[in-house]
Amino acid sequence: MNEQSREEQSLFLEFPLESLDFMRAGEASSELKQRLKKLGVKPELVRRAAIAAYEAEMNVIIHARKGTMRVEITPARLLILVEDEGPGIIDIEQAMQEGFSTASQAIRELGFGAGMGLSNIKRCADDLVIQSTPDQGTRLQITINIEKSDR
Amino acid sequence: MKLTEAIKELALTVVAAVDIECEISGGYVSDLLSNVMARAAAGQVWITLQGHQNIVAVAVLLELAAVIVAGGVQPDEETKQKAVSEGVTLLATPLPIFEVAGRLYQLGLRGGDNA
Repeated sequence: MNEQSREEQSLFLEFPLESLDFMRAGEASSELKQRLKKLGVKPELVRRAAIAAYEAEMNVIIHARKGTMRVEITPARLLILVEDEGPGIIDIEQAMQEGFSTASQAIRELGFGAGMGLSNIKRCADDLVIQSTPDQGTRLQITINIEKSDR
Repeated sequence: MKLTEAIKELALTVVAAVDIECEISGGYVSDLLSNVMARAAAGQVWITLQGHQNIVAVAVLLELAAVIVAGGVQPDEETKQKAVSEGVTLLATPLPIFEVAGRLYQLGLRGGDNA
């Protein structure tokens, strides 16, 4: 397959995310999941993509002021890019530790803020790049390989 | 086990129903949404004390057979509406979580190894 035909098979999706919009929370991930299923992506990969997208989506809704989830799907891989304007992550290494969370008590009472989001994403991704600037925002780049997937 | 059997045996209240004839593959209990996302499997019933609308998104993404809101918690009105519109079966019971899980286990349902 040459590059051009690969490009033709790319699918781009974009979802705006709003702070504390619990009404629509999960819709972006749900739409992504439906698209992947329609494309015939393996169920296990669809599951990993849905989990990673959901956690990234919730992180923006819970912690940021606003953000965007952009998705690019090619036959080879799925790329989920989530960028937000928000408090940023001061210590990424600490944030990656399961159980660490800065979520408020009110958020925790809804069952969020367990400090498992980023580690869930990492477990589901083949590659995860986190960039963050405190008081500005965070950028997550999640890659899930579709071709040559051995899991 | 079929979902209808669980509903009948535990006298669960059907808040929103889609396919109650479906087979249940197992069960999972947690009130932490990220933990459910990581560990629960498609086709399972999820037992929780959370009654707010975000449980529906989790059920949709994981393709759970149903969500059982236990302990007498009343699912929010938004949760009911969302369950109907998203096609999620939502059940409720005054039974405590331990009882719900225990009785389902007694009926042959297992948690599986979702690690």
